[in-house]
Amino acid sequence: MSIISAYLRRGYRGLKGEVLVLPSRTIVLLFCLTLFLLPLITAHPYYLRILIMASIFALFAASWDLLSGFTGQISFGHALFFGVAAYTSALLNLNIGLPPWLTIPLGALAAVLAGLVIGVPCLRLRGAYLALATLAFPLILTGVVFVIPDITGGELGVSGIDRLSSSRVTEYYIAVAVMVTLGFVMWKITDSNTGIIFHAIREDELTARASGINTTRYKLLAFCLSGLFAGVAGGLYVHFMRIAGPSTLELILSFQVIIWAIFGGVATIYGPIAGAFILVLLMEFLTVAPEIRMLLFAIIVLLVLLFMPQGLTTWVRDKIEKVCPRCKLRNIATRKSCRVCTADLD
Amino acid sequence: MVERIIVYGLIDGGIYALLAVGFTLIFGVARIINLAHTAFYMLAAYLILTFANSLGLPLVLSVILSIIAVTIVGVFSYKLVIDPVRGHETTILIVTIALAMVIQETIANPSIGYGGGFQGVPSLISGYTKILGTKVLYQQILTFGVVLIILLGTWALLMKTRLGIAIRSTAQDREVANLMGINVTRTGMITMAISVALAAIAGALVAPLQVLGPHMWMHPLVMVLAVVVLGGLGSIKGSLLGAFILGFAETMVVVLVPTGAYLKGAVALAVMLVVILIRPQGLFGISFEEER
Repeated sequence: MSIISAYLRRGYRGLKGEVLVLPSRTIVLLFCLTLFLLPLITAHPYYLRILIMASIFALFAASWDLLSGFTGQISFGHALFFGVAAYTSALLNLNIGLPPWLTIPLGALAAVLAGLVIGVPCLRLRGAYLALATLAFPLILTGVVFVIPDITGGELGVSGIDRLSSSRVTEYYIAVAVMVTLGFVMWKITDSNTGIIFHAIREDELTARASGINTTRYKLLAFCLSGLFAGVAGGLYVHFMRIAGPSTLELILSFQVIIWAIFGGVATIYGPIAGAFILVLLMEFLTVAPEIRMLLFAIIVLLVLLFMPQGLTTWVRDKIEKVCPRCKLRNIATRKSCRVCTADLD
Repeated sequence: MVERIIVYGLIDGGIYALLAVGFTLIFGVARIINLAHTAFYMLAAYLILTFANSLGLPLVLSVILSIIAVTIVGVFSYKLVIDPVRGHETTILIVTIALAMVIQETIANPSIGYGGGFQGVPSLISGYTKILGTKVLYQQILTFGVVLIILLGTWALLMKTRLGIAIRSTAQDREVANLMGINVTRTGMITMAISVALAAIAGALVAPLQVLGPHMWMHPLVMVLAVVVLGGLGSIKGSLLGAFILGFAETMVVVLVPTGAYLKGAVALAVMLVVILIRPQGLFGISFEEER
């Protein structure tokens, strides 16, 4: 009994000391709680469907952030990972009959391989060249998909795939739980030593190399990790939509993930997740005016970025929190002194 | 077979060259990857339709008017939305994508634009002749001739005039150009105008040869990106050579391979990949290695 209460106390202290002290973390906690409790309030299939899509795309956008936001290797062809995983999962499920809990990890593994395949040649490229070279891969694969319609289904894609689960609410919980868990894992990765090295590579690769970091290895790691998480998103998508078509490889998907991530704020992980949720919901909301939906969407994105060029969450975070000048820890904006080192905040 | 490859390769290559030179100019001067570049090309094609059909102006006049109008739109969008976020590399990407989407959706809107369907623009001159036994439309000859003249004109502008020197020096080193008394902001604006005008001319030339649809900017965008990477970002010479290499590669795949229409983009991109894997800075690229 005393052990349980000790753990509870420790959990409470952790919650109070690490989460509730920062408004941004409190918001994240509230957001996750809302997501998990929502089906208790409404189990309307339409709302759940939108939120499942938003979760999948949020995971996808966060994986872009890991590669492009943190490591600075801008990828214009992120749909490659999504599409490779989607087709792999679909074909494994359809032809061999593997269940979704096996096909999704295998699809993600295929995406990791894709990350290696494009990562190795792209390591020599930098900046805009890298961005434009990655653009090529999903489009080349689209060409291949169209040429072998016997296997890939050509333009129509592969359909008739197993559902994630028979009930919509379970599907919702799977998607949200996977998104929250992997989002947390990604945030932990970026918060670790590896994450600091990713930052260093983006800021100044030459200096990182001079400090004895094998930047090649870390860039390849970023490609593979990003491929893994994007692949999980692709697998979830395919088992939810029950169709894997060429739209999973399209240019527009690669662009969309960039829009979600930059709109939310890059190099934060939670930024792209927020961006994907806000923009997917906005897009659904705009169906009230179907004719001008995309136009309004583009204009809203443009205006928001003109006023907050760093992205939405970064802008909000800088309003409600400030960085301690001495120990670089974040503090709520209302504090006069740092919560850890008690230095004066101005 | 060979004649068809040559004729279509030259025309496609020429159009890509016009687009790629404009794209690479603004990249060189302002370090902007303008993903809305081919959206301006599409806008020019559609504006011809508006001027000629809806307003009933003569075709030649509407071509000229649409090029001017698109250039004005381009300069305004540079001033209003692209320039304010110029410092944030990644934000530029989505600002320009959003700009392209605004143009696309305005065109695809049934009440303001033309809806999602396909449209056609009449040729400036109709009829055809036979060269080496291949049917060549007069419009195609005109297109190629205009492409050559415009490319030569751009080259002369960049190499022989004071403005050209200003543009090239801004591209080479923005700070030093500024110190030498060049107004880099204005040079950026002028370069954007030239860049968009080139895209608009390409659009006006291509309009009679293609069906117009609100998604027609996608494929050229991919090709232009491939061309400039192949040739080396910021290099005019490289863009010209790259455009013709990829134009011919694309045409050859379409003519020679049975399922070529699906593969044409894929093969052109594979060519680009092979080149940049051997030469990471493209054929004539300036190495940005030490730029921080």
